[in-house]
Order: sequence, then C-alpha cells, then structure tokens
Amino acid sequence: MNFHLKVWRQNGTSGTGKLVDYEARNIPSEASFLEMLDIVNEDLVSKGEEPIAFDHDCREGICGMCSLTINGVPHGKDRGVGTTCQLYMRKFKDGETITIEPFRAGAFPLQKDLAVNRGALDRIIQAGGFISERSGSAPDANALPIPKPIADTAMDAAACIGCGACVAACPNSSAMLFVSAKAAHLNLLPQGKPEKDRRVLGMVRQMDAEGFGNCSNYYECEAVCPAHIPASFIAMLNRDYTAASIRETTSATA
Amino acid sequence: MGAAITSSPARRNPIAAWLLSSIGKKTIVAVTGTLLVLFVIGHLGGNLTFFLGPDWMNAYAKHLRELGPLLWVARIGLLAAVGLHIYFTMLLWKENQAARPSKYVVKNTIQASVGVRTMRLTGLVVFAFVVFHILHFTTRNIDPAFRTYEYNLHGEEVHNVFRMVVVGFSNPLVSAFYIISLALLAFHLSHGIASLFQTLGLTNKKLQPVFQIAGRVIAWGLFLGFSSIPVSVLLGFGR
Repeated sequence: MNFHLKVWRQNGTSGTGKLVDYEARNIPSEASFLEMLDIVNEDLVSKGEEPIAFDHDCREGICGMCSLTINGVPHGKDRGVGTTCQLYMRKFKDGETITIEPFRAGAFPLQKDLAVNRGALDRIIQAGGFISERSGSAPDANALPIPKPIADTAMDAAACIGCGACVAACPNSSAMLFVSAKAAHLNLLPQGKPEKDRRVLGMVRQMDAEGFGNCSNYYECEAVCPAHIPASFIAMLNRDYTAASIRETTSATA
Repeated sequence: MGAAITSSPARRNPIAAWLLSSIGKKTIVAVTGTLLVLFVIGHLGGNLTFFLGPDWMNAYAKHLRELGPLLWVARIGLLAAVGLHIYFTMLLWKENQAARPSKYVVKNTIQASVGVRTMRLTGLVVFAFVVFHILHFTTRNIDPAFRTYEYNLHGEEVHNVFRMVVVGFSNPLVSAFYIISLALLAFHLSHGIASLFQTLGLTNKKLQPVFQIAGRVIAWGLFLGFSSIPVSVLLGFGR
C-alpha cells in the first residue's frame, strides 16, 4: 500500500513546526501505524535525513505511551477501539493522504516532531492518585468485602492507561476524563476511601496548576478513549470535588 | 516547565480556592444556568395566558406588578445570574483558549453536538435579544406608544399587555427576530440542560442519556411554546 503523509516536524521544544510531505511506499496492509512510520524512518535514515520522532513503547495497546493525532483524531480513525499501535494500515485506503500531528495541549510541551511530554499527568498522580499502605504481610485476598457493582465500576475507571488522548481530543485541552478515572478507581474502593477528599482536592488543583483547560462537556474525550472510560466519571469527580471543598471549608477534614 | 506538586490543603481560603478552581467556575455557570432555565419555564407559563384572552393576560400582568419589592428582588437576582453566567463563561473560555497554544491543522469533530459547539454564539445572540426584549416590552423604549395602552379590567384601568403583544408581534421583523432568537435559545438549552446535571455531578452512566433526551425535549418544547404566540398573532389571533 502507498500513502501520502503530512507529518508535523518541529525541532526541539522551542521554535515553530510545520507539516512536511512524505511518501510511504510498499507498506504491508498488516503493518501497524507505528510500523508504517518505522518503514518511512528507515527510508529517511538511508537517505541521510533526520527520522521522524514519535512516542512508542509496548506496542501492545496497554502502556499508554504511543500518541499521534491522525487526520484530526487522537489514535486515529479506529476511534475508541485502541491505541495508535493497534491501528492497522488496512483501515486506510490505498493512496490516502494522512495528516499526522502531535497530541496538542499547552500542558503537553512538544519535545520533537510528534513526541510530547506528558509528565503533567504523572504530577497529577503524585498529587493524590495513590493510596497509603503499610508494608509488611499482605492481607488475605477477599478479606475486604466489596460489592460487585462497585468493583466493576472501579475496574472500568482503572482501565485508563494514561495516554492523554482525552486531552488531545478535547477542544479545551481538558484532562478531566483522565483525572476523573484515576480518582474514581481509588475513591470507589475501601482502600482509597480514607484519603478520598485529599486525593480529589490535590489532583484537581494540580490539574488546574498544569494549565489544562476546563471541561465544557463536549464528550470528545470518551469518543477517543482507547480504554472506553465513560464521561460519567467526570460527573462523579465534579460531585466529589465540591463535597470535599465543603468539608474542607467546614474543617471536617484535616 | 511543569507545575510543582500542590500540597493538598488549600493555601488560600478554601472557599476562594473552590471558586477559582476549574470545577468551581463551572459550577457557578451551571447554578446560574439552572436559575435562568427555571425563569424561562416560568416566563412561558405567564406568556401562555395570552391564549386565554386579554382579561387573563392583563390580570396576570397586574398581579406581577403588584408584587412590588419582591419583583425587584427577582429582577436583581436574574440580572446577577445573567452577569455571573456570562462572566464565568468568558473566564473559562479565555483559559480554554490558552490551554491549546498551537492549534490542530486538521480538526475533526467526533461526537460533539451542534448545541455544545455553538454555546457562546447562541448565548450571546440570546443575550442581545433579551436586551431588545426588555427595551421592547418591559421599559417600552422601542415603541413608547405601548405605554399609553389602557385596558378596563372589571372597572379598573390597567396596562393593556395583551394589545402590546399583538401590536408588537404584528411587525413581521420583530416576530422573525423573536422566533430566531428562541430557536438559538433552544440549541443553547439542548446542550445546557443536560450539561448542568453533569457539571453539578447529579448524574451517572445510566441517567446521562436520559438527561440528554429530556434536555432536548424541554429546550424544543420551550421553543414551540414561546413561538406559538408570534405565529398566532401573525395568523390573525387577537387582532
């Protein structure tokens, strides 16, 4: 298969970038999108040109490292089905023009070409996306009763791989879907309950400080989420944040 | 480059911290929006007395005026709601613009509705309409002749609101502006009503689609109710 690529090239964190045209030739239909870029890069290297920088790691759809906004959709046209590494070239038409841009957000500073720094999401986790647990012998499995629907909902939230596609798809570059999923998966479970208010306040404040936009309920995030996180978790976060703020104001929490 | 990790207790006053947070600002927009939706629903109830004839409509207007100070409480409250709703929306909009300094070359809307994508436009046109509407029917600056309309309500001279509505909507341009503005309001509310439940956190996965449908039904129901009056006037009712 052959494709016309328009790829965002940008040198380093400063400076402006532009779309550069490339021809991807003789691409097997079973190649993943990243493998297609590997082939293009091999060609560039053999010609002595700088290869296209892009993020990737496990290439199994679980690590959340690959990104790319393909024809205006984060993780490409196979929306909501998986990550860019799980997108195969057979989904495209032979001879199609494909525009590849980075995940764009002020909170995701561009490193080079298509690679962005998503460290802001890690700092949100550091601000509360954890539980404090004593080390030592592990408690008995199933010793802590958790109703099945709660466990299921927590698991739905925990499916988030932190790729940042929600931020990239949101017209406001809001990270609310990510934050709501990461907060909900701990808040719902007994292990996460004791630190619930501190977690919610800390994560939302860190999210605001990182310069992410505000949620306007466009719901573009849930449409591109490779883990199918529903936007209803955002409603849960809104509720929990206001409740935690009330308790903080009335000093009912430390 | 990155922001330092925040310590979880609010460094400021917790109320100020909530108000200045993303969720706090959105909540203000949602709460003021709720008040305005409830007002619009009440307003339609009053308007529909038009179909009961001049006795009903003029008596309704008389009773409303007799509320005196309470009427002013409602007016100032609504004015404050409109002001806060627009101010906080613009504040959020400014931050949202700043959150994506370099824009996508290729944009692709996946599932966002027309309603949500046009919120600011529809909101500002509706605001312009409300200003005109108040000058037209409340302060009656557009056509000062409206002030002279009198009506004999069971022996008492009252303002003839019914005639004012009929004369006002007999102008096809005024009626057209009214109907178009209300259609834009319906688009605004078709997103806004469901959206306020999401922002206030009063929804979940099961209820969300219910609120979305209910919001659209209420929004377009309001449109039909309001626009039935200018349409009836143009068709000859009340003349």
